[in-house]
Amino acid sequence: MSLNELDVRRMLCPMPVIRTQEKVEQLQVGDTLTVLCSDPGAIHDIPAWCRVNGHQVLDIRQKDEEISIRLRVCEE
Amino acid sequence: MSEARKAVALISGGLDSLLAAKVVQQQGIHVEGINFYTGFCVEGHTHAIRKKDQAKPKRNNALWVAEQLGIKLHIIDIIEEYKDVVINPKHGYGANLNPCLDCKVFMVHKARQWIESKGFDFIITGEVIGQRPMSQRKETMPVVARESGAADLLLRPLCAKNLALTKPELEGWVDRDGLYGFEGRSRKPQMALAASFGFEDYAQPAGGCCFLTDRQYSHKLADLWTARGERRYELDDIMLLKVGRHIRPCPNFKMIIGREDGENKFLHGYRKQYTHMLATSHNGPLVLIDGEPSQDDLDLAAQITARFSQGRDADKVDIEVHTLDGARQSLQVRPMAGELIPRDWYL
Repeated sequence: MSLNELDVRRMLCPMPVIRTQEKVEQLQVGDTLTVLCSDPGAIHDIPAWCRVNGHQVLDIRQKDEEISIRLRVCEE
Repeated sequence: MSEARKAVALISGGLDSLLAAKVVQQQGIHVEGINFYTGFCVEGHTHAIRKKDQAKPKRNNALWVAEQLGIKLHIIDIIEEYKDVVINPKHGYGANLNPCLDCKVFMVHKARQWIESKGFDFIITGEVIGQRPMSQRKETMPVVARESGAADLLLRPLCAKNLALTKPELEGWVDRDGLYGFEGRSRKPQMALAASFGFEDYAQPAGGCCFLTDRQYSHKLADLWTARGERRYELDDIMLLKVGRHIRPCPNFKMIIGREDGENKFLHGYRKQYTHMLATSHNGPLVLIDGEPSQDDLDLAAQITARFSQGRDADKVDIEVHTLDGARQSLQVRPMAGELIPRDWYL
């Protein structure tokens, strides 16, 4: 189980979601991924994408304009 | 018992694709959604940029639709491949630079490739005959099916009864009696069907979901192509066309002027890729210069920049200019009077 990071700051939705989806496709079940983003829309979109595709959001942190979303890859 | 047949639905986030997927899902078909990102989608972007819009609740409508249906959604980046659709549309443009028919053919073609690679059986779209003047007419329905390569694997559940039988119907995967015969621009049948499914909070698109249907946006894109002497674009180009006030004083350069804090912040992210300027003696916008301005051009741009600063009524405004070679110069200019900026400079 590996820890991974994806930096999509400055990208506007839906690009953070698309890049998250592409990264998750390369990971194994149980791996975690931390997505760093700056588009406030990602706070809604990435968790929504996780819900419809069966992955688990572990936590969401926001400091100033930077957002960090940590998720666990689950069996689809 | 045989395995359920599988279909992929093109999900735009609007009502029609929601209903089309639901109708087929109700017949026991396993449905997943696919949503294509072209770079021109209205969804989200400008709301994320403009500060005044940031308080509004945001949601990606395609993801929302997938949640309502309880289906997976695959969002696919087609930005690069889509350029050829925009630049060389075989069927031409609509009222603006919207290549709607070519766009539909391209997306169904991509869906056709997707079902082949994923082992799915057919494709669903929310098209309705007569709903859109260019791409959703009785004559264009077979064109989309034929040119996309989807042929009879393309099912339009909302108007299937007005079209020839498709393979999912012929094979008995879906029951034609459970499909619909909607036609025309009225939204009432869709709204009634939505109510019967208990859908209430669906997206109400105003003016379509693509910037290419917007007259002013298309004008700016056409201007970009004219100024560059060729029809090409990068993602950054088409993003910047959505932001700020665009003024072209001369053929060789244009100014992109932030209209508020959110836009200034967004433009700030491009400061290393563009010559840019801002007022230092007064509050004012960040201005990107796209093109190859001479020193006289920079002086003129500085006067216009001063016009859009809070020093617009001052005798002099200090402007700092940062050129692409990393040099910085300070100019002191008289703001240009608003009435001296010709209307046709505004894009």
